[in-house]
Amino acid sequence: MPEQVIELTSVRRDYPAEPPVRALDDVSFGVARGDYLAIVGPSGSGKSTLLNVLGLLDRPSSGSYRLDGIETTALRDGARTRLRGDRIGFVFQSFHLLAHRSVVENVMLAEIYGGHPRKGRRERALAALDRVGLGHRVNFLPDRLSGGERQRAAMARALMGGPSLLLCDEPTGNLDSRNTGAVLDLFDELREQGLTIVVITHEREVSTRAGRRVRITDGVLVEEA
Amino acid sequence: MHVRDLAGEAVAGMLARPVRSALTTLGTVLGITTLVITLGVAATAGNQIVGRFDELVATAITVEVPETTNVPLVAWDSLERVTRLRGVVSAAAVAESKDSANLSVRSNDLVDPTSVTTQTLTVLAATTGLPEAARGRIVRGRFYDAGHIRRADRVAVLGDQAAKMLGITRLDRAPAIFIGRHAYTVIGILGDLRRERNLSTAVMVPPTVGKQFGLRDVTRVLVNTSLGAADLIAGQAPDALSPGNGDMLQVVAPPSPTRARDQAQDDVNALFLILGLVSLVVGAVGIANVTLVTVMERVAEIGLRRSLGAARRHIAAQFLLESTLIGLAGGVIGASVGVVAVVAVSAAKQWTPLLDVRLAIGAPIAGAVVGLLAGLYPALRAARMEPVDALR
Ligand SMILES: Nc1ncnc2c1ncn2[C@@H]1O[C@H](COP(=O)(O)OP(=O)(O)O)[C@@H](O)[C@H]1O
Ligand SMILES: [Mg+2]
Repeated sequence: MPEQVIELTSVRRDYPAEPPVRALDDVSFGVARGDYLAIVGPSGSGKSTLLNVLGLLDRPSSGSYRLDGIETTALRDGARTRLRGDRIGFVFQSFHLLAHRSVVENVMLAEIYGGHPRKGRRERALAALDRVGLGHRVNFLPDRLSGGERQRAAMARALMGGPSLLLCDEPTGNLDSRNTGAVLDLFDELREQGLTIVVITHEREVSTRAGRRVRITDGVLVEEA
Repeated sequence: MHVRDLAGEAVAGMLARPVRSALTTLGTVLGITTLVITLGVAATAGNQIVGRFDELVATAITVEVPETTNVPLVAWDSLERVTRLRGVVSAAAVAESKDSANLSVRSNDLVDPTSVTTQTLTVLAATTGLPEAARGRIVRGRFYDAGHIRRADRVAVLGDQAAKMLGITRLDRAPAIFIGRHAYTVIGILGDLRRERNLSTAVMVPPTVGKQFGLRDVTRVLVNTSLGAADLIAGQAPDALSPGNGDMLQVVAPPSPTRARDQAQDDVNALFLILGLVSLVVGAVGIANVTLVTVMERVAEIGLRRSLGAARRHIAAQFLLESTLIGLAGGVIGASVGVVAVVAVSAAKQWTPLLDVRLAIGAPIAGAVVGLLAGLYPALRAARMEPVDALR
């Protein structure tokens, strides 16, 4: 495994509009293995666009994006989908848990696409839930959990399959301060375990806990000390 | 993606909204039920017609042997080869001629020599299997046997009408009849004929005796088959009777039962078939509608699945399978209700219900196909969704 998980070089993303919107303007930065990076910026600055590019959900208009050393901009849809499933764990602001499935089933969902063996899937899901401190809630339905617990369940799902990168979009946006604290503690723990984490946020509390911070303004990215 | 995972996701998706899924199946249930009842009742009624046919003609074959001048086309002993055929229940060879059709037959009651009756009757020669082959019953005495034939005994069996005309009612005193100058002992009376009813006014004699009346060669062979074997035997009998010359024989076979069935099926109420098909189309539109609504409700789920590594085809397959399962469920319920209804109708009409396996299996499959077709467009919409938009 190369030391750089993410390598972005001169990435642009233009949205066709009248006039065209340049949501990302010549963005270049790298994320090393084990980094804990926060991307901050005001609303409309291009954070979501950047997250979509990093998560292989969207293609840059120009520039290069290497994930684990693999040049992704030239890959076809199918290969990008596989890479996304294998190497990236997503954590969303609104959790995106399936309401009719228990916590453990929601976590197991992370392994049904791609070539994971069916055998031992539940055990792996239970282990992931243990890792986020949710071992006592495995058979609950999501609507019986607190917001913080829901986000931890979503993080357990993101951790299934051992991703290279945990990509989080406003992970504490829907949480009160107590739950935010618990989730941030979990980020610290995961970081200590060597996981690479990129968090998009506009909350100071979140960005200050990260090891590294970049600011994006009108599509231009600047490293903050 | 493992097939079992795909199935698991589809079933979970269906069961997530059980009431909606159940309501969605209604159109398919209605359509499949209507079709199964229409086709099932028609088939059962059709079978009934064939069933009545069966008893009378569906198993009766007659082989006509044209006259030949030199070597007979069918030898008397070739009948054995027919009786040996699998599916033949009984058979008899008969010799008749114009000359023997109007013979003077006289009876002479020994007790009362003054009462002499003369009748013009048909005399024919036949093999020993005639009572069974003509589906009759020996009402008095017995039929002649192979021994009588071998010895050329002057014995005769009368049809029940012939016996009445000749005034012969009892056989215990070995009554005799005269055909021409010769006397023949009457050893039996044949009655209750359900085939070849004209035998009831005939005099039957062993083939070895018939020669005296010019009844030299077999002119007709009567064959009875087991149910459903008539077609087969009709093809095999001529060559068994006359190896090498089978095509010179004329076979009179019953209309094949399948054709009787087809005719019955023509009577199927076309209106009901159309009604069933319309219900199916309505059912399909219903499934398509609900699946489309479901897709729109589950945009976030689609985005999530894409983020977990689902390809477009995985998304399409899941929604397609969900709608197919809903259609299949409708088909299974519809087929069950339909079958119960067919059995109930049969019971009410005292018919034997005929449940075609193809219908019982085909109905759920038809439901599944309806679901599959209905799911095509919604599944395509779901698969086309961009993950970025789906997650917004
Ligand atoms: N699909 C789109 N079409 C046109 N403009 C878009 C689209 N998505 C985002 N934008 C524009 O791009 C800029 C960056 O948006 P976004 O990445 O969503 O910012 P953020 O997440 O930081 O609020 C905004 O000006 C927004 O209006
Ligand atoms: Mg945003």
